[in-house]
Amino acid sequence: MVFSNKHVQFLLVALVASIPYFGFANPVVDSLSIANEAVVEHQAEAAPVKKPFDATELINSHIGDSHEFHIADWGGHPVSFYLPVILWTNTGLEIFSSERFHHDNEAKHAIDVNGHKLVRSNEVIYYADKFDKLTVEERKNGAFEFDARPLNFSITKNVFSMFMSAIIMFLLFLAVARSYKKNQLAPKGIAGFLEPLVTFVRDDIARPNIGEKKYEKYMPYLLTIFFFIWINNLIGLIPFFPFSSNLTGNIYFTFVMALITFIITTLSGNKDYWGHIFNTPGVPFWLAPIMIPVELIGMLTKPFALMIRLFANITAGHIIILSLVSLIFIFETVAVSPISGAFVLFMSVLEMLVAALQAYVFTLLSALFIGQAVAEHDHH
Amino acid sequence: MNFTAPESLIFWTTIIFFVFFLLLRKFAWKPILGAVKGREESINNALASAESARREMQNLTADNERILQEARMERDNMLKEAREMKEKMVADSKKEAQIQGERMISQAKIAIEAEKNAAMAELKSQVSTLSLSIAEKLLKDELSNKEAQAKLIENMLGDVKLN
Repeated sequence: MVFSNKHVQFLLVALVASIPYFGFANPVVDSLSIANEAVVEHQAEAAPVKKPFDATELINSHIGDSHEFHIADWGGHPVSFYLPVILWTNTGLEIFSSERFHHDNEAKHAIDVNGHKLVRSNEVIYYADKFDKLTVEERKNGAFEFDARPLNFSITKNVFSMFMSAIIMFLLFLAVARSYKKNQLAPKGIAGFLEPLVTFVRDDIARPNIGEKKYEKYMPYLLTIFFFIWINNLIGLIPFFPFSSNLTGNIYFTFVMALITFIITTLSGNKDYWGHIFNTPGVPFWLAPIMIPVELIGMLTKPFALMIRLFANITAGHIIILSLVSLIFIFETVAVSPISGAFVLFMSVLEMLVAALQAYVFTLLSALFIGQAVAEHDHH
Repeated sequence: MNFTAPESLIFWTTIIFFVFFLLLRKFAWKPILGAVKGREESINNALASAESARREMQNLTADNERILQEARMERDNMLKEAREMKEKMVADSKKEAQIQGERMISQAKIAIEAEKNAAMAELKSQVSTLSLSIAEKLLKDELSNKEAQAKLIENMLGDVKLN
């Protein structure tokens, strides 16, 4: 079979997209292991005096989700923006503020909500009695112990951040759309800045990959994911309230985005697309029992790769930056700060590039998959 | 990393993304893409009309050039024709004149010949009349003078002897 342009393009893009991940995988591990060693040493010296600095815990809590938005510590007490907790318990819907947990995240204090005793451990809310029965191993993956906890639809930090980014972006693009009504001439101001990006998505992503005839139908989706992922990547890089969430580095978020691309691709698939899956041209029919499962797995690996790529890239970037900052606390000296500060600056600039690049790659690959599904094949 | 309740983020992402997508599609992408497309079309149209104007201009220039060329050719043709006509006329008139001259000459010759002949005839008749009268006078004279007659005959006979 001849390699079409699209295949080559896809391979190239996949390769380029994976560079940052592989390239920086080692430093992450190194710095984390350094952090762990340092913590161990530190514990040996000064454990009884105060709680040692745990870089792993800090990084985990920063890249993870939470029920309250931690802003700063003031006089030894955390100052947080409390987000609503929405639970679907076995007796119905319960909504209350996360303030009621009083920063307890280790299931120390059970709170009473309409007769339900609830505890919070590692940002998962359980029924207090059922939590006690969980083993240590079960508690580690407590989020998937659906029997021990109520269904949780809380507005977490990431959800809050997503709401905020959606509102900001909606207002932004509404302003752009309005400016076109007033100004029929060359675009000015914010429209002048965003229009090249819109035309970039159209001319360099949608058109070449989906094709001149059908690209217009998919433009709204591609533009939405491009800007949504990009803006949320950037929001994740701003290190203070109300930003700093790691939304695009959360696998649940990337899962939904990849799932939507998968659904659109599958629903757009034409006769040729399904023909390639169930009756690959040029392959003898007796190979079908092998080919069909392979092709079906191929359908799933594409969005799976989308999900993992975005999650891994953004999370890796956050881990690197947090590790570099943690070095100051691990060595407990300000002397490290110029070095780690310089590295953090460098990484932050790199992450800004990665933010745009990953949004581009996600959009490009979505367009490519849709393009493969709608392509009208000449008979090979 | 903290794996918090997956259903929360999945639920909200789905909801927010769909609402966000529908809102953006209606209020942002449609007008923006429409405006961009409209402007592109208008730019393309403007460029196309500029191009067509340029082509028209070129055509006009070419036309002018062609018309000028044609006019020049026509003028040349006319000049050539005129020259040819002139030459032809000159040649014709020369020929005509020649023919005419020749005819006139021949006529003149004929007339002259006729005149000459007439004159000759006249002369002949005059000469004959004159010679007759001379001869008559002579005869009258001679016959009155015998001596002279004899002398004449003698002379004549003398001439015969010389022959």
